Amino acid sequence: MGRTILDKLWAEHTVAELGDATSLLYIDRIFLHERTGSVALKGLEAAGRRVRHPEQVFCTMDHIVDTTAGRTDDTRMPGGRDFITSTRASARAAGITLFDLGDDRQGIVHVVSPEQGIALPGVTLVCPDSHTCTLGGLGALAWGIGSTEGEHALATKTLAVRKPKSMRIRFEGALPPRVYAKDLILHLISRFGASGGAGYAIEFAGSAVRALPVEARLTLCNMAVEFGAWTGIVAPDELTFDYVRGRPFAPGPDQWEQAVAHWRTLPSDPDAVFDWELEVDCSQLAPQITWGTSPQQGTGIDARVPDPATETDANRRQSAERALQYMGLRPGIPLAGLPISAAFIGSCTNSRLSDLREAAGVLRGRHVASGVRAICVPGSSLVKKAAEAEGLDQVFRDAGFEWRESGCSMCFYAGGESFGLEERVVTSTNRNFENRQGPRTRSHLASPATVAASAIAGALADVRELPPRV
Amino acid sequence: MEKFTTLTAIAAPLLRINIDTDAIIPSREMKRVSKEGLSEGLFAGWRYQAPGSREENPDFILNREPYRRARILLSGINFGCGSSREHAVWALHEWGVRAVIAPSFGAIFQGNCVRNGIVPVVLDNLTVESLARQVERDPEGNQVTVDLVQCLVIAPDATGHGFQLPTADREMLLEGLDSIAVTLKLDDEILAFRDRDRTRRPWIYLPSSP
Ligand code: SF4
Repeated sequence: MGRTILDKLWAEHTVAELGDATSLLYIDRIFLHERTGSVALKGLEAAGRRVRHPEQVFCTMDHIVDTTAGRTDDTRMPGGRDFITSTRASARAAGITLFDLGDDRQGIVHVVSPEQGIALPGVTLVCPDSHTCTLGGLGALAWGIGSTEGEHALATKTLAVRKPKSMRIRFEGALPPRVYAKDLILHLISRFGASGGAGYAIEFAGSAVRALPVEARLTLCNMAVEFGAWTGIVAPDELTFDYVRGRPFAPGPDQWEQAVAHWRTLPSDPDAVFDWELEVDCSQLAPQITWGTSPQQGTGIDARVPDPATETDANRRQSAERALQYMGLRPGIPLAGLPISAAFIGSCTNSRLSDLREAAGVLRGRHVASGVRAICVPGSSLVKKAAEAEGLDQVFRDAGFEWRESGCSMCFYAGGESFGLEERVVTSTNRNFENRQGPRTRSHLASPATVAASAIAGALADVRELPPRV
Repeated sequence: MEKFTTLTAIAAPLLRINIDTDAIIPSREMKRVSKEGLSEGLFAGWRYQAPGSREENPDFILNREPYRRARILLSGINFGCGSSREHAVWALHEWGVRAVIAPSFGAIFQGNCVRNGIVPVVLDNLTVESLARQVERDPEGNQVTVDLVQCLVIAPDATGHGFQLPTADREMLLEGLDSIAVTLKLDDEILAFRDRDRTRRPWIYLPSSP
């Protein structure tokens, strides 16, 4: 019987079988950040244990650091400075590679990891951060863990993991114009629920996925965790190899051929059997927008706020009612046209160069509606530089956007900044949870293009109605 | 880690679906590089009247007697979804929770529970709702038992509901094991794997930093 990519990577990394479908897996790369990594490093120190193979461990400052110009170790969050200085001290003591403030390589962990060639096809990579599944977009087996598991991985270079079930989701058909990987994944979650992928490692496949550039595949896999999955993965192909080649920590010229030959063996065999298969037609998909406080509460931008009364499941109905109350929405009103007070482009979901280009394409020659606060936070300092080199920063600034230093920023509160009480925000991030972006802030998730179009309109907007300008 | 064998306690029904770790402990409540001092921030967005305040919201279940003394939570599907923050589990533990019973859990949260002495018990939705109804009739008298030795939840009406836990997780909880020490018993195998792998996938092995 053929094997899935999960089967192959699992077998290749198994150090020992522990029974009950659990394996001790070898972990190739570990990434940390100052919020949860700091606790892991400190815990390890306190237990008198050492980091095994510090050369394979990386750390960045992204979650708590300030993202305004001229930033220092000080943050607007009380106590934030300690996370930064403690992480720096622990990282130095452990001898791991740190992408610190002021280093061009600094940025959001899941943006830096592929950018630097740390995440590669076929590697196992863990990080005490739930969006580590992003790296599945390169064909890595990557998943989020807690801080205690982080200590385990640091000390032993392994993790004991129960093998998840396998699911393949085929996205078929050509994506309509102005519909992106973000819309694919939001659609999937709204259709099958925020725990639709629970217990599974998901391979994203199909013609629409094969056609996606690598950065878009990262976006797709980023929200596998919002689908409840253990992780997501896209089989590596020529696009992946082209993306990886020449990156700082990627295999050099003397090892390149050997690595690529190995990577070509990884995709699922044609006769591989999955525990579950789904197919989604993308050819008619509209840009997506969420209306509630769970990523599953979403729909097309041309739809109306659904009526909870039509929900047959009592739990889902109650959750929809609560969500509408929190979001300040009534059933039946059109989503497009709902006034917003802020727009945010950033996060590990959608802050790479291609995302900024798409948003800039919408913004060029236009201006944000009055009264709307608009913010763009590039995913890494290198993304920021590259964007500036092609003049995108000017497009954003001319349109009335703030142009920030790289970090997680207002994807959530930890930097100490947040959106206001009951403010409606359209955002390219991944979580619309209650209070996530600020106390009682009402977040609507969407693609960067939809965020840009909405910022201009001053209301949730259908980007398809706004012709791009070159 | 503290061992868990069996527990009979007040259970608090919090029957919402998709309770995420941002709700269990908001970012703004994670103020120090520490696993301690987090219980005050537990469910802060729901537990207190206004953001940042410490004035209790009397409607929130964990603010009410006798639920203030609950050791078991009953909840809806996908409990602990979202952010990987182990702080959610540290906060629950420090507040006093030792078991959560729900139809499903966020995967990372579930792993974090067993590493911190909290039993994540999976029972179907109907059973959780039936437990909740019994508890609500008399929360003090109708206590719930979580027996990890037999993998059984015993409802106030004395019916037993079997549950499953991965063997390794169950042992870790029962024995209060340090997982790193357990793994390091296999150190010879880890080192042998690494040496074999180094010739198979040499590009993985980066040179040691200077
Ligand atoms: S950008 Fe947001 S979701 Fe991504 S790692 Fe940072 S805080 Fe988490």
